[in-house]
Amino acid sequence: MSESATSAPMLEPATAWVAPVRRRGTLRRLVANPLSAVGLALVLFAVAVALAAPLIAPADPIAMMPDLRLQPPNLAHWMGTDDGGRDILSRIIFGTRSSLLTALGILAVASVTGTAIGLAAGYFGGWVDEVLMRITDMFLAFPALVLAMGMAATLGPSLFNAMLATAVVWWPWYARLVRGQALHLKHEAFVEAARVSGASALRIAFHHILRNCLTPIIVQMSLDIGYAILTLASLSFIGLGAQAPTPEWGSMVSIGRDYFLDQWWMVTFPGLAIFLAVMAFNLLGDGLQEALSPRLRR
Amino acid sequence: MGTFILRRLMFLVLVLAGMCVITFTLTHVVPGDPARLLAGQHASAEEVRTVASMYGLDRPLPTQFWIYVRNLLHGDLGLSLTDRRPVSEDLGQFLPASMELTLAAVLLVVLIGLPVGLWAGVSRGRPIDHLLRFLTVGGVSMPIFWFGIILQIVFYKQLQILPIGGRLGILDMEPPRVTGFYLIDTLLAGDLPTFGSALVHLILPASALAAGSLAVVTRMMRASVIEVLDADHVRTARAKGLLPAIVLTRHVFRNALIPTTTVLGLQVGALLAGNVLAEVVFNWPGIGLYAVNAIRNLDYPSIMGVTLVISVIYVLVNLLVDIAYVALDPRISYGAGKRRT
Repeated sequence: MSESATSAPMLEPATAWVAPVRRRGTLRRLVANPLSAVGLALVLFAVAVALAAPLIAPADPIAMMPDLRLQPPNLAHWMGTDDGGRDILSRIIFGTRSSLLTALGILAVASVTGTAIGLAAGYFGGWVDEVLMRITDMFLAFPALVLAMGMAATLGPSLFNAMLATAVVWWPWYARLVRGQALHLKHEAFVEAARVSGASALRIAFHHILRNCLTPIIVQMSLDIGYAILTLASLSFIGLGAQAPTPEWGSMVSIGRDYFLDQWWMVTFPGLAIFLAVMAFNLLGDGLQEALSPRLRR
Repeated sequence: MGTFILRRLMFLVLVLAGMCVITFTLTHVVPGDPARLLAGQHASAEEVRTVASMYGLDRPLPTQFWIYVRNLLHGDLGLSLTDRRPVSEDLGQFLPASMELTLAAVLLVVLIGLPVGLWAGVSRGRPIDHLLRFLTVGGVSMPIFWFGIILQIVFYKQLQILPIGGRLGILDMEPPRVTGFYLIDTLLAGDLPTFGSALVHLILPASALAAGSLAVVTRMMRASVIEVLDADHVRTARAKGLLPAIVLTRHVFRNALIPTTTVLGLQVGALLAGNVLAEVVFNWPGIGLYAVNAIRNLDYPSIMGVTLVISVIYVLVNLLVDIAYVALDPRISYGAGKRRT
């Protein structure tokens, strides 16, 4: 603990001891809504599947088995096999990993960049704010998927580049959000108090302002993660994301499109996985937003 | 109002300038060696140098940027690497198909989303509201490309009532090009059977494209209707004995439209981007399909052309929405920067 924090203990918002109580209430409110509870359950299920993928997948997701080509769903292959004889269920299970990881990657890069920029703009104000926000507006003027497409194409088709491209079009939303919070917080009494007691600008920005922006950032991330999964799957579908033979949902649908009239299972199941994952995160995000912001609780 | 539009136009110029910087960076700076890209992978060092000097790629970056902007201002988006035609010509050819598809989707969103949202709002808490809420969450989460394929499986393969893709059947004659919109051109040519065919071909792609935005707009409409229903002026209208239908249309619907318009405008961006996916699935010959083919061939001038055109349309639509917003709600006056209540 540094000097400034100890000199103004009462004025620092008491997150440390109020938080646990509030958090328990949040969880209770969250599961009280049946739709949010379903979302939470599905998200936990997806995370479990991603973690345990090598243990639960019935077959190798990449090795080709030409003898087993294009089998409809049966007891040995619950979701059938694809054009390379690979078990679709196993590919979907491993696909959970890439979808969740890349979506988290997008949000991590976007939220850290956006937060830094928004914090600087909101806290310093003046020309810093003006310049940073005009750049932000510029990025917001593009439809996200289209700019991501152009960027991913320039960087070259790969899952990592698709992730990077999506993060580049995503940070402005966080910059705006955090700037708004910072503008509002910098005149609060506890920030004034910290300033008076000699805390440095950096310390105030990170320790006092950023800390109190965390809840809206987390809510925004929970609302965004479904769209991040959807955007990545879309980029993969048009050939800009994961490349064969990586198991990824969007590219699985893309491959299955060549066979969909007769081998319906090749597109149906991976698409269903995208749909359910996105819906799970959307339900959870909506629920979290409702539980954490009292204004929306009706 | 005038000042507001002027200010927005000035911002538009700024945004367009920013877009040029971003697309220039993507085409000239990020790829490392754009001349090699233009010349092709198997070109000799000599050929690469020729291409570089032909396109001015051997000059300093600021000069290159100046050339790039000057060309853009002349409507020159460069040459497509795939068909060696000017990108602007290609876009002119394929844009109307995309516009037709997007407008059809917007129409579906407006005609279905607004009344259904109103219905959900007035039925708040009843089973129909829960059902609609569930459907809208589903709609928002639906990948366009997957939904499109499922529609094809159901309506083409199983029920055999709708075509699988394309703008017209193989036996239909393309109408003489006037606007590039088949629904208009066929009518102008007096060709009703082809008009019918164009309409039937539009149903599945437009539905697939509209699903997500439809869900968002319905949700927004429901939320604003609920908000308006609680307002004093609605209670007054009811208390003075106005017919419920009149209260709903004149008081509730009109006021709920205001916030919904903004969301609708934002959704146009989603629809424009979604076009790319819907066009691939339904083999719809618009700029989205063009872009994806360009991506497969690493045809950067074409990709950037599409990015730029879609973004400019998006910015213009947002400007129109902001103007519509002011027109719909007389309390908002951006010019004076004050809000009268």
